[in-house]
Amino acid sequence: MAVFILRRLSQSVVLVLVMSMLVFLGVFAIGDPINTLVAPDATEEERQAIVVHFGLDKPLYEQYGRFLGNALRGDLGRSFKFNEPALALIAQRVPATLELAFASLLLTVVLGIPLGLYAGFRPNARSSRLIMGVSAFGFSVPAFWLGLMMVMLFSVFLGWLPASGRGTTVAILGIPVSFLTWDGLKHMILPVINLAAFKLSLIIRLTRAGTQEVVMSDYVKYAKAKGLRNGRIVLVHVLKNTLIPITTVLGLEFGRTIAFAVVTETIFAWPGMGKLIIDSISVLDRPVIVAYLMLIVVMFIVINLVVDIIYSTLDPRMRLEDQR
Amino acid sequence: MSAGSNLSVEGLRTHFFTKAGVVKAVDDVSFSLAPGEVMGLVGESGSGKSVTGFSLLGLVDAPGKVVGGRILFKGQDLAAMSDEQRRRMRGSRMAAIFQDPLMTLNPVLRIETQMVETILAHQALPRAEARKRSIAALERVGIPAAEERLSAYPHQFSGGMRQRVCIAIALLNDPDLIIADEPTTALDVTIQAQILHEMRALCAGSGTSLIWITHDLSVVAGLADKICVMYAGRIVERGDVDEVLDRPLHPYTRGLIASLPSRSERGQALYQIPGMTPSLLGLGEGCAFRDRCPRADASCLDSPPERVVSEGRTCRCFHPHEGEPS
Repeated sequence: MAVFILRRLSQSVVLVLVMSMLVFLGVFAIGDPINTLVAPDATEEERQAIVVHFGLDKPLYEQYGRFLGNALRGDLGRSFKFNEPALALIAQRVPATLELAFASLLLTVVLGIPLGLYAGFRPNARSSRLIMGVSAFGFSVPAFWLGLMMVMLFSVFLGWLPASGRGTTVAILGIPVSFLTWDGLKHMILPVINLAAFKLSLIIRLTRAGTQEVVMSDYVKYAKAKGLRNGRIVLVHVLKNTLIPITTVLGLEFGRTIAFAVVTETIFAWPGMGKLIIDSISVLDRPVIVAYLMLIVVMFIVINLVVDIIYSTLDPRMRLEDQR
Repeated sequence: MSAGSNLSVEGLRTHFFTKAGVVKAVDDVSFSLAPGEVMGLVGESGSGKSVTGFSLLGLVDAPGKVVGGRILFKGQDLAAMSDEQRRRMRGSRMAAIFQDPLMTLNPVLRIETQMVETILAHQALPRAEARKRSIAALERVGIPAAEERLSAYPHQFSGGMRQRVCIAIALLNDPDLIIADEPTTALDVTIQAQILHEMRALCAGSGTSLIWITHDLSVVAGLADKICVMYAGRIVERGDVDEVLDRPLHPYTRGLIASLPSRSERGQALYQIPGMTPSLLGLGEGCAFRDRCPRADASCLDSPPERVVSEGRTCRCFHPHEGEPS
């Protein structure tokens, strides 16, 4: 296990290096930020001063080299726009996004797996068909439309739930969170549902398909022949086997949720990373964009590692120590 | 029925209600089994032998259903029991062993889990006690280093060892009846012989009755006391194993025995029963074997009744072979 993790981490270093090059190149190709940095009425000298100040006059490889050197010291550059360290800027926004992402993941797991199990065990029941119908809806409806419709219904017409912001926050270890106050929770409901809708539908369908497959298997029939109680058959024999593919998908989906919460954060004016990155792209704030993308790369690496570890505990045939 | 019987089945019918029609997978099956007795249930694929086993266990899946007959197990009528009572019966009084142990043992659970849960589902015992019993059961079926192997997963065992684990699980609660559905079909011939031998010894020692479902007559010959030959959902012939194999009455039994490779000379073509197993879907009246039978005539258009030839010996045929050796 330790060998596996070490090997995986060393592979990750290479991956991060390659990604940093791609990201740097990609952002460089988007356009020259100088026009957004300099006031239109600036003189040529002022303009040159700024170009030199940000190192934009140097050739690309030199800029990359400097970026890499700084990055190794934990400095991913300063935002052109806010003149603050890019990493700190993002770090301020991370808790808000993570809060939303974890809440929607929780909702997905807590609702999706039981509903999927139920629909898998009783595929012909009317309630199962309803579950599958609604999940087909959640699967196909785009997030921006669902978000806007929910705002219109629950905030504008019914006035039950707030439509924007984080509400009242409480600080835990200096990090502001919404879920501990009633007002904050109310602010979270709509964005969390919006963010969870796709994942939830996906997990319901995946769990149902897995359950239907496992229920037909010989070992479930054998478990019945051993006289086990139904509860144990479902929760141990069926669920543990069904969870294997679900874990993989949940891991990937969780990464996607954090990386692409942009739409939901924009609709509900949720002050997370997604909103920051959209703003940064529109003013070509290179350091922030690069820092954000690098962060996402690292995050995906960590998530995949965690998924592999969970996977191996669920499926003994995949035990990591078995791999030589 | 003899008074000392462990299990007696009378007129069992299990039908599958499919969209295309009713499939009579088990149609009027009767037999009885004394304690410690071994019965071979022989037939081709689709003859209804496995469904018979599942009917006894109460594990026939929809669209199948037991629609008639009586199963008396230790004097109790199984049909009159609630689902919970049937569950308590399964795995304790009435155990099962299935064909492919790689498929029947749950791949993601330790052997220990799968054994201990079988004990705890039927009696309130401390875990440690259930664990001790599991080790004892593994030792009984000849698994070396039983205590260490307990924490292994199914894929870490060889095929023969896995089936021994299944046999150990079947023995855990000292059942009165074990239903073994082709348990050695997936194994090497040498392992098969070992397991047959051990099963026989284990059952004889504990008074456990054994139903051995197989398509292999040679297995039955060496193992069973009694034999039931099934064809298209019915028992066409049943009786003492030596009597049936030495002097088969039904033309189908005779055909099966004649097609055993060991009976042919080298270089001589194997005997085949002409024709194919009929589809059970929409099988009409009459003897289901008549299209393949050399002795069939117009009378076979009616269903032959189960005729008692002698004590414990029955045959369903209008034109049986009378006492000629096979």
